[in-house]
Amino acid sequence: MLHIDYANYEALRAHGEETYPHECCGVLLGKSDAEGNHVHQIVRAGNTRTDSAHNRYNIAPQELVRIQRQARGLGLDIVGFYHSHPDHPAQWSPTDFAEAHWIGCSYVITAVEKGKAAITNSFLLTGTSEEDKKFEDQPIEIAVAEQVSQQKGQA
Amino acid sequence: MNIHIPTPLRTYTAGAETVSVPGATVAEVFTNLTTQYPDLKQQLFSNEGKLRSFVNVYLNDEDLRYLPEKEATTVAITDELTIIPSIAGGTDLGNTPCCSCCPLL
Repeated sequence: MLHIDYANYEALRAHGEETYPHECCGVLLGKSDAEGNHVHQIVRAGNTRTDSAHNRYNIAPQELVRIQRQARGLGLDIVGFYHSHPDHPAQWSPTDFAEAHWIGCSYVITAVEKGKAAITNSFLLTGTSEEDKKFEDQPIEIAVAEQVSQQKGQA
Repeated sequence: MNIHIPTPLRTYTAGAETVSVPGATVAEVFTNLTTQYPDLKQQLFSNEGKLRSFVNVYLNDEDLRYLPEKEATTVAITDELTIIPSIAGGTDLGNTPCCSCCPLL
């Protein structure tokens, strides 16, 4: 399960709308436990793939180092990443899978259709190594003020 | 020197996010790291002993790949090494320019 509050959930979706028709990307900071990954904060990142930003994203390693340092200062960990798929389903692609290396982390994808955020899905990268890794559908639990709603594959 | 371990590799460092490892060069530090935590070796290195292509290593704020002496770079006890796997992906849509700001492909 990916646990995220409504404000952060909406913020990562809004990021995809802002960068449309290009892909957005960012990092999820929080903590992990037996119940899943808990997002405490999202951090926007720049997409270095300016040569093909409509169908590719890449976060500069230097920026990741900075974000990991920021997380450490907050007592948090990197628990996942998010990016958008402009005019494309919120499903992981072969490129997403090939480039996914953070086992145990959540990969959140938002489909942005004609500039509006549509479906948001999360996928947990499981396995023990590059050789046996796989993506598993991961339900998202969104905390809305005092009430909590569960959703999967809904706008 | 301290080595910062990314979330997915902490399984192999007993959950530690920062480990302290001795060594006079980056190569020595890596040797000592994988001696101390043997299961890290196959996560970080290929069968040929090269750092896996998606594993980025930063000595303080410098990318190891761009340091003149690379793994032979000497390190001080106060230096920090950060291991950071890459993050990338995309939709695999056709390579058609989507807007005027995208280059013609």
